[in-house]
Amino acid sequence: MKTLLSYSFSSLATHIHNWLKNAITNDMLLTVTEMVIVGVCLLVFLILLAFFLGYMERKVAAFMELRLGPNRVGPKGTLQIIADTVKLLFKEGFTPDAADKFLFNLAPGIIITTALLAVAPIAYAKGFQIWDINIGVLYISSVSSMAVIGILMAGWSSGNKYSLIGAMRSGAQIVSYELSIGLSLISIVVLTGSLSLNDIVESQANGWWIFKGHIPVAIAFVIFVVASTAEINRAPFDLVEADQELTGGFNTEYAGMKFAMFLMAEYINLFVVSAVAATIFLGGWMPFHIGGMTGFNHIMDYIPSSIWFFGKTLFIIFIIMQFRWTFPRLRIDQLLNLEWKYLLPISMVNVLLVTLMAIMGWHF
Amino acid sequence: MLLGEEDCINEEGEFVINIGPQHPSTHGVLRLKVWLDGETIKKVEPHLGYIHRSIEKMSESFSYRQFIYITSRMDYLSAHMNNQACALVVEKALQVEVPARAQAIRIILCELSRLSSHILWFASAGLDLGGVTPFFYAFREREAINSIMEETCGARLTQNFMVPGGVITDLQPDFPKRIKEVLKQFKDNYHEYNEILIGNVIFQNRMMDVGVLTKEDAIALGCTGPVARASGLSCDIRKLYPYDGYEKLKFDEILVTGGDSWARCQVRMAEMLQSVNIIEQLIDNIPEGEFVAKTKNVLKLPKGEFYQRVETARGELGVYIVSDGSATPYRCKYRSPNFANLSAIPHISKGHKIGDLIAIMATIDLIIPDIDR
Repeated sequence: MKTLLSYSFSSLATHIHNWLKNAITNDMLLTVTEMVIVGVCLLVFLILLAFFLGYMERKVAAFMELRLGPNRVGPKGTLQIIADTVKLLFKEGFTPDAADKFLFNLAPGIIITTALLAVAPIAYAKGFQIWDINIGVLYISSVSSMAVIGILMAGWSSGNKYSLIGAMRSGAQIVSYELSIGLSLISIVVLTGSLSLNDIVESQANGWWIFKGHIPVAIAFVIFVVASTAEINRAPFDLVEADQELTGGFNTEYAGMKFAMFLMAEYINLFVVSAVAATIFLGGWMPFHIGGMTGFNHIMDYIPSSIWFFGKTLFIIFIIMQFRWTFPRLRIDQLLNLEWKYLLPISMVNVLLVTLMAIMGWHF
Repeated sequence: MLLGEEDCINEEGEFVINIGPQHPSTHGVLRLKVWLDGETIKKVEPHLGYIHRSIEKMSESFSYRQFIYITSRMDYLSAHMNNQACALVVEKALQVEVPARAQAIRIILCELSRLSSHILWFASAGLDLGGVTPFFYAFREREAINSIMEETCGARLTQNFMVPGGVITDLQPDFPKRIKEVLKQFKDNYHEYNEILIGNVIFQNRMMDVGVLTKEDAIALGCTGPVARASGLSCDIRKLYPYDGYEKLKFDEILVTGGDSWARCQVRMAEMLQSVNIIEQLIDNIPEGEFVAKTKNVLKLPKGEFYQRVETARGELGVYIVSDGSATPYRCKYRSPNFANLSAIPHISKGHKIGDLIAIMATIDLIIPDIDR
């Protein structure tokens, strides 16, 4: 039992690494092989995740809207999303005449690449992390901010006026909300003293930051969730798409798998921001621990760390999905007012408070 | 709509886009040509005629019993009121006395369709502002009302129930019971409407101080109905020129002075309750007796001009008939509320954002087939 409790996925990785080392002697080839294996596993995982989130979104929407949701294809409608993907696969990859062909076809690739890159440093379970980079927080925020280039590219190259308006909106929106996200992440970085996601999780062994950090960290958490909803263009901040105003915004002209890539990127982004929120504020894979209560902490350790991580992440995803099915959309000037007049000043003061707290050692 | 098809950016540096004729938020085939400066609207120009079916011209070739039925297709959410206006103008010309039972049935059904129309406005207003959930909340009650219409009139939308002299058939026996069920369901769920959309701070901020229509402009542009009453203009035909026994009923004309989109929302939300109030007054004391007055088989209106107005869910509908004494109208003209209300949109959306234009269209609550006819 003791070995099961302290089991870390790193030992599994070491086993596989040793086995491959025996089989492949060339160091370069070994590295490449391992990268390919990890990449393929990650892609399969993310595609399945996007399927699951698509299904979850429909079920959450149905739950909010007094409906049943998908219930015909497969048991409880679980295969509905597969059927939709097959439909999208068979559709023509249409490129409009007025489009800038090169940029038009490049844009979905850029968006999906930035979404995939941001997944790398996330710690899924104890010792289960693809890339333990020492600037994980900085890496995620910088990579995910590149998605705006893809959206601008898609909107500009479509040759559609609605798409262009949507793209211009995204420029203003994403660049603004980056600031609040950055500041709320910094508040935890200040408390932890490290940018590595692994260190941040380890620092929550005696309690999650949202409990240890008093009200300022709770404020930072709320700001992070709100700003990241805007960052990934989900309702009520989906001005970039804004079906009712811009008939789909930047992705109006996209169909088939190119559109599916936007959709998949949206769900991967949703997962990334929720996973980051769960890691930074809710302890990531760290079980629910209370400092000093060894017996209680020991019982909590019996629940596997991956269940803790995915449980917390799905909880935040559920909240963000509920936003979408509850709130009407903001207007562009209200959206920018919310960021520049409310969220940004609050987060700035909040960072000062957290810094004061960290210096004085007031947190638990 | 490709770049270069129309003048994308004109000499003044304005960005020209077409909202419609196929656009999710125009609720039909309305086309608004919009001149933009960034996101700000500089000019709006409505282009009409995409769904023109020449209903007025068709009316001239139908008899006075037949022409009522095509008016259901004008404002299809107020089909009862359109039919009623036509029936009333014929009754006025022939001086037919409508039985008390028919009047009560007419008022109940008209108020029911007003309620259902305002419920649909709530649904689509939520949808236009990006909230999909209110739509499903509203459709619970609308579905129940449509079922009653189906049981009573045989149709869910274009009911064709009013005829000159009364209504086409008597009520089904459990009509009062079904109505009471629906009203109870509506009143139980009404607070959810406020919680999901009307009370939402985002919704209120989207609505307040947007598209302000002053009382003077409302008069000048000929606006009627909830749009004008939100600007403080008293224009409820049911109060000013009562017909079919509205004078015997106790109800309030909702007047709000704001004139902005938020005021229009408030008027409609309050009018829902007034409609419920009117139905409740009548449902337990529908008079016994005939449901239709005896009229000749072929109706011939005396030579002359006849005009009758009613209050539909969107404002004042006027039916103007010139008769040459034959069995068909010589000339028929409908003064439709939506056409006049549409003319307010270019006026009040100047200087607002694109999102506001959608919000304004949502609160003006246009029915496009009624604009073109």
